[in-house]
Parts: sequence; structure tokens; C-alpha cells
Amino acid sequence: MTHKGAGEGRELTAETLARVEGEGAMRVVVTDGEVSEVQLRIYEPPRFFEAMLRGRGHTEPPDLTSRICGICPVAYEMSACRAIEDACGVSIPEDIGLMRRLLYCGEWIESHTLHVYLLHAPDFLGYPGAVEMAADHRDVVERGLRLKKAGNALMTLVGGRAVHPVNVRVGGFYRLPTGAELRALRPQLERALDDALATVSLAAGFDFPDFEQDHEYVSLRSERDYPIEDGSFVTSSGRDFAVSAFGDWVAEEQVPHSHALHARLRDTPGPYAVGPLARYSLNHDRLPPTAREAAYAAGLGTTCRNPFRSIVVRAVELVVACEEALRIIDGWSDGGAPSVPVPPRAGVGHGATEAPRGTLYHRYELAPDGTVLDAQIVPPTSQNQAGIESDLRGFVQDRLHLDTEELTRQCEQAIRNYDPCISCATHFLELTVEEG
Amino acid sequence: MGADAARPTLAVWKFASCDGCQLTVLNCEDELLELAEEVEIAYFPEATRAVVAGPYDLSLVEGSVTTADDAVRIRQVRQSSRRLVTIGACATAGGIQALRNFADVAEFRAAVYAQPEYVETLATSTPIAAHVPVDFELRGCPIDRVQLLEVVAAFLQRRRPRITAESVCVECKRRGNVCVTVAHGTPCLGPVTHAGCGALCPSYDRGCYGCFGPADTTNTRSLSGRLTELGMPERDLHRVFRTFNAAAPAFAEESARHAPHGEEAS
Repeated sequence: MTHKGAGEGRELTAETLARVEGEGAMRVVVTDGEVSEVQLRIYEPPRFFEAMLRGRGHTEPPDLTSRICGICPVAYEMSACRAIEDACGVSIPEDIGLMRRLLYCGEWIESHTLHVYLLHAPDFLGYPGAVEMAADHRDVVERGLRLKKAGNALMTLVGGRAVHPVNVRVGGFYRLPTGAELRALRPQLERALDDALATVSLAAGFDFPDFEQDHEYVSLRSERDYPIEDGSFVTSSGRDFAVSAFGDWVAEEQVPHSHALHARLRDTPGPYAVGPLARYSLNHDRLPPTAREAAYAAGLGTTCRNPFRSIVVRAVELVVACEEALRIIDGWSDGGAPSVPVPPRAGVGHGATEAPRGTLYHRYELAPDGTVLDAQIVPPTSQNQAGIESDLRGFVQDRLHLDTEELTRQCEQAIRNYDPCISCATHFLELTVEEG
Repeated sequence: MGADAARPTLAVWKFASCDGCQLTVLNCEDELLELAEEVEIAYFPEATRAVVAGPYDLSLVEGSVTTADDAVRIRQVRQSSRRLVTIGACATAGGIQALRNFADVAEFRAAVYAQPEYVETLATSTPIAAHVPVDFELRGCPIDRVQLLEVVAAFLQRRRPRITAESVCVECKRRGNVCVTVAHGTPCLGPVTHAGCGALCPSYDRGCYGCFGPADTTNTRSLSGRLTELGMPERDLHRVFRTFNAAAPAFAEESARHAPHGEEAS
């Protein structure tokens, strides 16, 4: 380890962030022993989804917005459906809601496993990637691939395929899987639950830097269950607000170094965070029993403030998703209609669900014939961007004694704590220029 | 040849896209570790920090070209690749972001960003083949995992991939599905859409929505006539051909035939 003089200027850069979804870069500048500049630069080219949605039919946003992200397409489909149904004044029956939750569990398993095993674990075990890691930890990587495959199998049965599922529509599904088809997945999901529990043990054994942040946590919270496809907003300082009030609470700002807009809470000066740490800390009492035991055994308290421990919380959420999937399958009875009609009407609708990496908000304004007049999409990574930069600032400041290569590597690890999805974050928002 | 003469090198590149097609590489859960023994994964930022210098024996390219920088970068990728295969609708037809090709991009940018001058973008989203020669184009939004493995296997065995250009209808018949259009009057793009998905949507009681783009020979005009008979209004005919493969010529032309009054019909 090389000791560098605190008085000199230093620059830490990663031109292409590896093991994240999408294209981003990092730049940290140290001047006279102080971190003077921190940028998570999102240079991935924008695709202008909000503009493309204008003029489309009200049945189209689930299919169109799923193409924002190949890793969490179900999140886009679910938030879009909820927003359109809200605009049209339609409530969906309980069984369709459960099937949506089941599909979403598949995505949580697939996406969280991808991040835990293929993107983040190599940082903790000291490898450039999972394939290299497999040379020494073949059983670990094979377990990850098996768990990921179980998530994809669930998405494939319920959604038709693992990337951009075809079976979701406004109002429900095109075809509901039968109880027999669902029960056939049970052995694979039981194995997945065991693998998820082993993942919690694995992650709990990693070494974590001594680091905490005090970002305001924001998450959905529902009446009864751990928040996935349903709920209204709560925050760590005790505020709560309806999904329809999102725009009153959150403002978005454009910054020169990023194609993603930064989101902030209007009444809070510091950054806020969405994602596993926020969800867990605000919904610890909603964990299903096996997940709660696993969290306790892993040494997690009722809240978690160390972003490096997010890998443990993600593993606990893998247990949640497997446990919930088995519960829904066991309780499933055939016979319900796959969808309800959603006739168009003029109006504004809001939808928010918990994507694997945090809350995803959609808002649509519809004409009387259902034509989309206006669309707004706020993905989780844009909400976390300011928090990531804030973490880097504090983290680097306390570790200036490390040599540049090692510090850069640790900074990349700190960014991966948030599982940033840059493809999502880039394809941003309808920006309203206003000061509230 | 790449750094390791014993194994061919593989590179995976990303342009404007959703990451779903390169995720399909990682979704080969049963084959990934074996694949990594057959080829050296030399450049794949989504999977590893390690980078082996080019040139590369096989490059898989995801995404479309939407910036001036990317138009330069794809030429560099081509120069450093012995074989270049595009994966998915973005790389092969411009993707959903090619909807900008039919609109005023300055207006698009201003609609999304308050300070559009910070955002660098081209007026069009174009496929990789519009910029450099491409050895093989794999269709789909997203690509099919089994087809991807076939393309890589064919490369390793030095043969053409066994991937046919028939329509979804052929796959649907082979699968034994009841035709959703004939039986239920459901509008379906299967007759004009490139095969590869295994007739997924009709298997879920849904009409095909064209995510693999046009088949090699299509009669989109005839299909539009049938969709009109089924009650689809002009507005929806315009939209249905204008999604993830909007800029593929057969779909672009058919969509333009049903353009609302005032939009240029080409």
C-alpha cells in the first residue's frame, strides 16, 4: 500500500464502470487533501422514452417502457399498468394482483442474484468478475447461476420470457398460468429458497468497510406484506404520502455531467435513497418469517445504514422473493379471468412499485380516447445518484492514505452498493422546470 | 487472433440499448462456465473488470448508433473484430429509439431535458450495418437465448448459424397452436414477423407484436387489409408497425401508409 501525501492533487477515474448495467464513468478529484469534486457521469446515450410515449395508445406503455431496461422490465410493466389503471379508474382483482407479485418475485430473484453473484461478490472476494471467481469458488458461482435460473424460470412461466415478458397487459395478463403449471415449479423454488438462505450466510461473512450514511430513506409500504408491487410512500423521518403526491415531494434537476436527472426531496437538503436498504429499514416488520430469521442470523438490525452491507440485505430480499413465490403458488386457485377491461378516459394516473434497485414511479396523462398526452418516468437510479456521489465524497475523504488503484477499485465497489442501472436512469424524465 | 492462441477471444459491446440482449449472454446459466472455457471473454464490461487488448475473434454488438462518438466507436470495434455479430433489434434495426427518426429530435430532447444543450445526440438511431459491414444479424427484442448459443457455436465450428428467416406463423403451426386470428379474431403480426421467439405471444393467447422485426419476404399490405377487416383503426395500424423495429424498411413503409394526416408518408 502506497502512502500518498495529502497535499498533492489526485484524480480517481474509471472511464468505463464495469459490472454495472449500462454505461457510466466515475471521477473523483482531491485537492490539497480535500475531496473537491465527485461525479458519477452517465454518458450512456439518451433514448427519450417520455417523448416517444406521447401519442401512443393507453394499452402500449407496459410493452414500450419495458424496453427501458432489460434487467428489470417487469418493474416498468408493473408501474406502467398501475398508472394507466389509476388514470382509467380501474381496480384489479386480488388474484391478478397476486400473479403480478409472483412475476415480480421472479424478477427480484433474477436481478438480485445477477447483482449479488455476478456483479458485487467479485469485489468482496477479490476477482475481476464471476467467471474468474469460478476458478476458485466454482460451487458459489454455480449456486448463483442456479438461483438466477430459478428466477428466470418463474418469469418465463408467468411472463412468457425472462427479458421483456409478453404476457403482461393493462388490466392483468393475456393468459394466467394454471395451478398445475405453477406447482411444477415448486421443487426448483424450494431449492432456490435454500440457495437464497446460503446466499445470506455467504454475504454475511464478507468484510465490510466501516462506513455509514444518513440519507433519508424512501420506500413503499403496504398494509400487510413486504413492499414489491404495492404500497404508498414512507420515509425514515416519519413522513408518508400517497403515490399520487410523488411530484409534490420530489423534484428533479438536470446536471451537466449526466444524462440522468438528479432527484431530491423538496423539503430535505441532503440526498435521499431508495432500494434494498431503504425498503428493509422501513419495512423490517413486514418481512416474512424465514427472511426475518435469516436477517437476524446475519446480524442485521431493524435498520441498516452501511451501504456496503446492501449485499446482505439483497440476499435477505432473495429469501423474501422465494418465500413469497412459494406462498402464492401454494395458495393459488384457478378460475379467475386473466384480465379486467380498462376502457380509456381522460385523466392523470400514477403508479409506483419496488424495482429491485428501488422505487420506480410512472405518471401518465391520457386523452378521452386513451392517447398518451404526457408521460413521466422516475427510475430508482436517478433518485440514488446524489446519494452515490455523497457516499463517494465521504468514503474517499477517510481513505486518502490508500494508493490510487486500490482506492479507485473501492470507489467502484461503493458505486455498486446501489446496483445502479444506468440504462434505466438515462431514459429519463419529463422535466418540469419549477421551484416548489 | 487474440491473446490466447488456444481459445478464440470474445468481446461484447454496448451501444444505445436496454442491456437485455447482453443480459441474455449471462442468462445462459447452464452454459456460461462452459462457454468461458471454449472462448476467452476478453472484453465484457457488464461481466468483468478485466480487459484483454484486441483484436477480438468474435464481437457481439448490442445497441444502435445515436451519437457522433458512437459512430466513430463502431468503426473502431469493426477494425478490432475478426467477426462481428449484431444482437437484437437495436443493433439490427435501430430499436425503439429509432422512433426519433420520424420526429423532430430537438423537440424530443427539449421535452425530456430542461437544458437540452447538455445532451449530445444524433437526429437518428441507426443500425450497426448502416455504419460498418456486419457478418451476421441476430433478431429479436430481446434475442432468444438458444439462438444466441447457436450463433456462438456456429462461430466456434466455423459454419453458418442454422437460423431461418421464416415467419412466426411457421413456428406457430409447428408448435401446434390454434391460430389466434382465425379462432378468436385477435390481430397478429405473425404472418410478417421474423421467426425466432418460438411463437411466444400466440402461445399466451396474444397476437404477435413484431418484436423480431420483419421476416425476409413479407406482404405487410395484405396483412393490414386483414387487420382492418378485424376492426383495427388506421391510427392503430400506424402504431402497430412502429415499435421496436420501427425503422426496419418493411415496417417503416407499412406504418407510413397509415400515417395520420400531416405526417410525411415515407
